[in-house]
Amino acid sequence: MFANLLRLYQLPRLVLQALPSRALCASEPRFKLDACNIYEKLKFEFDEENKKQAEFLMCSYPEAERRAALLPLLDLAQRQHGWLPITAIQTVAEMLKLEPFIVWEVANFYTMFNLRPTGKLSLKICLTTPCRLRGCEEIMLTCENMLKLKDDETSDDMQFSLNASSGMGACVNEPVIAVNDDLYEDLDVLETEKLLSELKLGKMPPASQCRDRFASEPRSGLTSLLMEPTPAGYGMQELYSKLKPC
Amino acid sequence: MIRAPLVKALGALGSPTHQIASRAVRTSAVLAQTPAKAPEKIEVFVDDIPVMVLPGTTVLQAAAEVGVEIPRFCYHERLAVAGNCRMCLVEVEKSPKPVAACAMPVMKGWRIKTNSDLTRKAREGVMEFLLMNHPLDCPICDQGGECDLQDQAMAFGSDRSRFTDINYTGKRAVEDKDIGPLVKTVMTRCIHCTRCVRFASEIAGVDDLGTTGRGNDMQIGTYVEKLFLTELSGNVIDLCPVGALTNKPYSFVARPWEIRKVESIDVLDAVGSNIIVSTRTNEVLRILPRENEDVNEEWLADKSRFACDGLKRQRLVAPMVRMPNGELQAVEWEGALIAVAKALKNAKGQIAGIAGQLADVEAMVALKDLVNRLDGNQLVTEQDFIKGSGIDVRSSYLLNSTIAGLEQADAVLLVGTNPRYEAPLVNTRLRKAYVHNELQIASIGPKIDLSYQHDNLGADPNLVKDICNGSHAFSKVLEGAKKPAIIIGVDVLERPDGAAIHATIAEYCQKLKKPDWNPFNVLHNSASQVGAFDVGYQPGVQAVLQSQPKVLFLLNADAGKVSRDQLPKDCFVVYIGSHGDNGASIADAVLPGAAYTEKQAIYVNTEGRPQQTLPGVSPPGMAREDWKILRALSEVVGKPLTYDNLDGLRARLESVAPHLTRLGELQPASGSDSVAKPSISISSSPIDVKQKELRDYFMTDAISRASPTMAKCISAVNKQQRLDEAQQCAAI
Repeated sequence: MFANLLRLYQLPRLVLQALPSRALCASEPRFKLDACNIYEKLKFEFDEENKKQAEFLMCSYPEAERRAALLPLLDLAQRQHGWLPITAIQTVAEMLKLEPFIVWEVANFYTMFNLRPTGKLSLKICLTTPCRLRGCEEIMLTCENMLKLKDDETSDDMQFSLNASSGMGACVNEPVIAVNDDLYEDLDVLETEKLLSELKLGKMPPASQCRDRFASEPRSGLTSLLMEPTPAGYGMQELYSKLKPC
Repeated sequence: MIRAPLVKALGALGSPTHQIASRAVRTSAVLAQTPAKAPEKIEVFVDDIPVMVLPGTTVLQAAAEVGVEIPRFCYHERLAVAGNCRMCLVEVEKSPKPVAACAMPVMKGWRIKTNSDLTRKAREGVMEFLLMNHPLDCPICDQGGECDLQDQAMAFGSDRSRFTDINYTGKRAVEDKDIGPLVKTVMTRCIHCTRCVRFASEIAGVDDLGTTGRGNDMQIGTYVEKLFLTELSGNVIDLCPVGALTNKPYSFVARPWEIRKVESIDVLDAVGSNIIVSTRTNEVLRILPRENEDVNEEWLADKSRFACDGLKRQRLVAPMVRMPNGELQAVEWEGALIAVAKALKNAKGQIAGIAGQLADVEAMVALKDLVNRLDGNQLVTEQDFIKGSGIDVRSSYLLNSTIAGLEQADAVLLVGTNPRYEAPLVNTRLRKAYVHNELQIASIGPKIDLSYQHDNLGADPNLVKDICNGSHAFSKVLEGAKKPAIIIGVDVLERPDGAAIHATIAEYCQKLKKPDWNPFNVLHNSASQVGAFDVGYQPGVQAVLQSQPKVLFLLNADAGKVSRDQLPKDCFVVYIGSHGDNGASIADAVLPGAAYTEKQAIYVNTEGRPQQTLPGVSPPGMAREDWKILRALSEVVGKPLTYDNLDGLRARLESVAPHLTRLGELQPASGSDSVAKPSISISSSPIDVKQKELRDYFMTDAISRASPTMAKCISAVNKQQRLDEAQQCAAI
């Protein structure tokens, strides 16, 4: 059933090949890998709850299009395991009756799938143009200094990993840091330090708490959309209000 | 394993991408699906030339209709559209940016400009990006001279590059992959067109190749270090538009402008693939497929492509006669012919002939005429078939649905055959029908991997009876199908109860018959078989062995079906053929013949299509064309054959079997309505096939047995399997 397991051990080499060239340029390894971690000997299996969830996901697609469940299943596996070991890829391939290579291609393509172990908290800092205008480089430096990590590294205790990222979809609240699934917005150096020290203590401060403003409204107060929002059905024909559901 | 999803069910309502995907892949299966009412055509203008096309046609196809060829790398008409090379960018009036012609369906009234400034600038830009990471190693690249990238860089590229190595980190360099003994990889040259990946998953049905990484770090490769071993792997060499995948045995051998190309026919299986033989200085260098929509499309199986180095080994270059001490000794033609003639005169009509799988029709006719003139009449084929009246009607031994027709089939039953290895290009048709036409396939025989999903019903021959009397579940499928087909392998028909199986299926096929569709098919695996039956040979060597001949001719008969102990002590065995194999080893006289690349000869493929080979090189040493040897022999015996040249022989052939001289044409075989009831009933011994795995495929005849490349293939398959087994053990 799981005959190719040993062959899979060759995979880390393949992972290395496929990694961006900048990773290959660095002389020192970017983070320490526990050999046991990467040579996952145990078969990855979904736990009971996730198995049900996986079944549900697969059932939402017609029989012939089962492979559409590929991304959700990989995500589920990553959420369960923290990262995507090669055995998880094998398991997902078996569930969807696909060649493992097809699954590997997909997992390998999307940057949000981690094919190597990551920290418990994965910090992604947006470094795109709008963020740079609002000083994200300082935030990045702060993180690097406080966590003693560089870009694309994971701490030895596997608590934190730090990644430069882009396109978080929160340009109005820049600079932002994504901690796992949560987005921390409107940061500055001080806020970042506060956030990081709390994270180090194991606390998760509430996400998306924007400083001195509501959501992404301007700090200087609203300049448009000043009046009270109109209720539903506003401006519609008389007829509408007369028609009552019977 | 891909399967075009629900194309048929969706029909005209299918999403536009489906329509493009299925229309862009050239297949008659798709034509069969188009609804009866053809959608209205729309008018578009290509370089101001108006053209009417069906909705869903791509810009590239519309341009092709007016004869404008748009440069492309990733687009291939037999593969799904990928649209990732961007070389086919063209300007469309009122469109804000250039569009990828291969993937964009045309809209009404579009004005496509294939040679405008914008188009040319776009191409130049794409070419510059492609060349940025492509090594400038054309002088040492095997693709040089027949390279799409080279040609298109000349035609559409800029005359200079802005790429400066000094200010950058250098060109992308990628580690080469070892994917087997047939395909050499130089991955740095890859431009990521993904044609090989698409070929592997769509046509060959193995998802072994794929892409890893993204952006600049994308690579084509295999999942783990694994060999890309299929029976069709050589085709990725032709598909590769650059020199990333090249022919390993042919590497650094020749340049395309040095070689002579001869259009010929492949004879290593019964498909009769059309090939181009590349020769230089009287040496066959490589074999390429030639397009023939009815036979091999544009693919070629690995054995046919790579076994050509077997034409240079183990060759018989001089006539030989067995000396009293038991050794074969080379002699002059005169001596050899006189020795054979003496034996023939002493035989007093007890003469027999066996035609092997590489024998051509001309030689078989000449041998038959010679044996008949000497009052012999035992002429058989080495490959066995059913006895009795089985071959009286031509349609009872042909692939009547035709190779191209099989891709329209919607229900197929395979009886004791493994088309994947017996006829790889018939299997690609079945796979095409499986992918595009929702073909349902069931097989009776051992469990085998056919590269597509099929129901293995079991190996019990009585299943044939169940299906044919309608009591099996699959009978419903066959009876409900528009174009059902039953394909019988020759391994089944060799069995003692082969005739019973043949007759049962033939009778059932009468019931399944449609006005323009004959569901009865026999899949041969030797190129000579149909031709031999057409000119009046009988199947099987048993009759010959029973008749205890004094002189036995082995015409290319190398399968080892006849051994010395089965023959009478005083039997004089004459071998006529090209290779020193099983046949020559038991012969008393060896007359060296020509291989298929050295003679003009007709072969009839499994669907009954006569095609001719053309000589690319001359036979080595003293070897001569087979029919000429027989003609010379007849002169020495004193019963000269009536023809002195090929035209004369063809005229004689026309009187024997007129359809065989209409080359390339398929003569529809008329079937008889009455099926003779055989006296034997179906036994219960399980049905088996000879070629079950890839390793069984590579060496099946004298030429491929002599080929070092085929030997390497087998050892590569064995190595891969040992590796797999070792890892399996370790995993447990």
